[in-house]
Amino acid sequence: MATILTQQPVTPVPPPRSGLRDFWRQLRRNPMGMTGLIMLVTIVLIALFAPWIAPYDPYRPVRARIDTIYAPPGAGHLLGTDDAGKDVLSAFIYGARVSLIVGFTASFIAVAIGGMLGLVAGYYGGRIGGLLMRFTDIILVIPDLPLYVVLIALLGSNLWNIILAIALLSWTGTARLVYSQVLSVKERQFVLRARAIGAPDLHIMRRHILPMVLPLILAQNALVIAIAILSESTLAFLGLGDPSLISWGTMLNLAFGRGAISLGAWWALLPPGLGIVWVVLGWTLLGHVVEQIVNPRLKTHHLMH
Amino acid sequence: MERSDYVIRRLGWAIFTIFFVVTLNFFLFRVLPGDPAKSGARDPRLTREAQEAIRVRFGLDKPLLINMTGDPFDSQFFRYFGNLVRGDLGISYNFSRPVADLLRERLVNTVLLVMVGQTLAILIGLALGIVAAWRRGTALDAAALVFGLFTWALPTFFLGIILLIVGSTLFGLPVGGIRTPGATYASFWDEWFDIGRHMLLPSLTLTIIFLGEFLLIMRSSLLETLGEDYILTARAKGLSDARILLDHALKNAMLPVVTIIALTLGFTVAGALQTEAVFSWPGLGSAIVEAVSRRDYPMLQGAFLLIAVSVVLANLAADLVYSWLDPRVKH
Repeated sequence: MATILTQQPVTPVPPPRSGLRDFWRQLRRNPMGMTGLIMLVTIVLIALFAPWIAPYDPYRPVRARIDTIYAPPGAGHLLGTDDAGKDVLSAFIYGARVSLIVGFTASFIAVAIGGMLGLVAGYYGGRIGGLLMRFTDIILVIPDLPLYVVLIALLGSNLWNIILAIALLSWTGTARLVYSQVLSVKERQFVLRARAIGAPDLHIMRRHILPMVLPLILAQNALVIAIAILSESTLAFLGLGDPSLISWGTMLNLAFGRGAISLGAWWALLPPGLGIVWVVLGWTLLGHVVEQIVNPRLKTHHLMH
Repeated sequence: MERSDYVIRRLGWAIFTIFFVVTLNFFLFRVLPGDPAKSGARDPRLTREAQEAIRVRFGLDKPLLINMTGDPFDSQFFRYFGNLVRGDLGISYNFSRPVADLLRERLVNTVLLVMVGQTLAILIGLALGIVAAWRRGTALDAAALVFGLFTWALPTFFLGIILLIVGSTLFGLPVGGIRTPGATYASFWDEWFDIGRHMLLPSLTLTIIFLGEFLLIMRSSLLETLGEDYILTARAKGLSDARILLDHALKNAMLPVVTIIALTLGFTVAGALQTEAVFSWPGLGSAIVEAVSRRDYPMLQGAFLLIAVSVVLANLAADLVYSWLDPRVKH
């Protein structure tokens, strides 16, 4: 899925001197970026304040009666009830938490692995670099969704296994991006100078090269989050979500498997589905705009022209 | 580098990747917990003889990788490898039939569905991408962009559910499967008409999901080409718009599109798997999902291997086609 982003190696420009304030000024002027940011802020607020916003506690068992199962939206339940007679709105609000936790954690691990691997491969180059990038190519070819399904089926479906499985296959894009960036950064004057005066490799990587590629890694992170959230909801829809947690994918799995379609209970299907679209779209928009700002010469994406 | 060298190196790389996938597949199912053959052999309710019988039956009495005491190849890994070479993927726990036979039918169904969805997506996506690039900056272009972004964020299974509701309630289309259960067909055409009706919604789902990506790539690739000097030259020569587009711009803009088609194969597989799950289409993707819910490990292992190997081979084919289309690629 990550292949929607086709990166080309281009010499990166140094990060703008004025830093954060300049970045914010550019982001504020970009309607696409601001749309993404606002979409994300709303969802983060919903997730953070879930216990205060949600009208019911979706984790508390309820005694379902025949007239409370798939009850249409009304006064007591603004978005109706689900197959177990629970409030859909409350489940939707709590579902935002799982999406964001999986997105943040999985992408953090993936970007750390990919960043480190790309940095080492790019800096040392030669045989080590070639070997590492070859390994990346192999992982890239393996279709991720079937492998997630196999991993979760064998390891068991709990939140941590899902995060780990997604992280272990999502680092390839970052690795390739960082690799191509480091290749050009390491030939620049200040790096060559540091090396000439005998600075240790680790020092050069940490103090000279990492700061140059970090903004780009952060931009890439937003896109990895989007893909991780999509993967989690897909796994949950296929019945491999953490059974002890309410996520949007799980909500869709239960509604789909328990007759919401034949009963015409659209309220049990639309909110979680649109929630996924909302949050994935937000991260994607923000990611592309941030990438464009931190590195205007890098033509990352065919969305931008 | 000679072209034949490139082909040989690319082939060698594909074989190495397949070997990696096979090894991964072996270790996943041996090392990770959950295989009933393994846990069955440890079940305390069974007698020692029964446990031993299970171990011998599944070859678990052999060493994992290399047999140090006798024939070095008499190990679990080489047995698995040897069985694969003979096309033996084991017996399905659920169907009690060879996995290879079961998967063959599934593969045909998946290829049928993906081919129709992918072909339609490429044709429509490229056409819309060309129009969007040619009418750059217009409302039509903006609409194409928004559509591309939206389909990228839209989970395939969710689109499938929506189309399922709309198609079955408004148009009376079948909700799942590949044929009407219990139907007898008067003729060959009757049968294909029925299959076509069942295929309409799942292939439409795939078309819409894949379409956005092709649209965006075609658009940006063509925009880039239209900015080249030789297009300016063609304009200066007074060529018509149609000639510039067809003879000069499109030929070059198509190249990146071929690469992307190959790169999005993993995406294609994920899309097919979700679509099959929603519409109970009897393909490889739904085979994986069913195998998980029924704990049918030989089926799961076989289906995953078949999907992974197909993707590697399709990647190889795309690379070879690309090198043939663009003689500049020689690395």
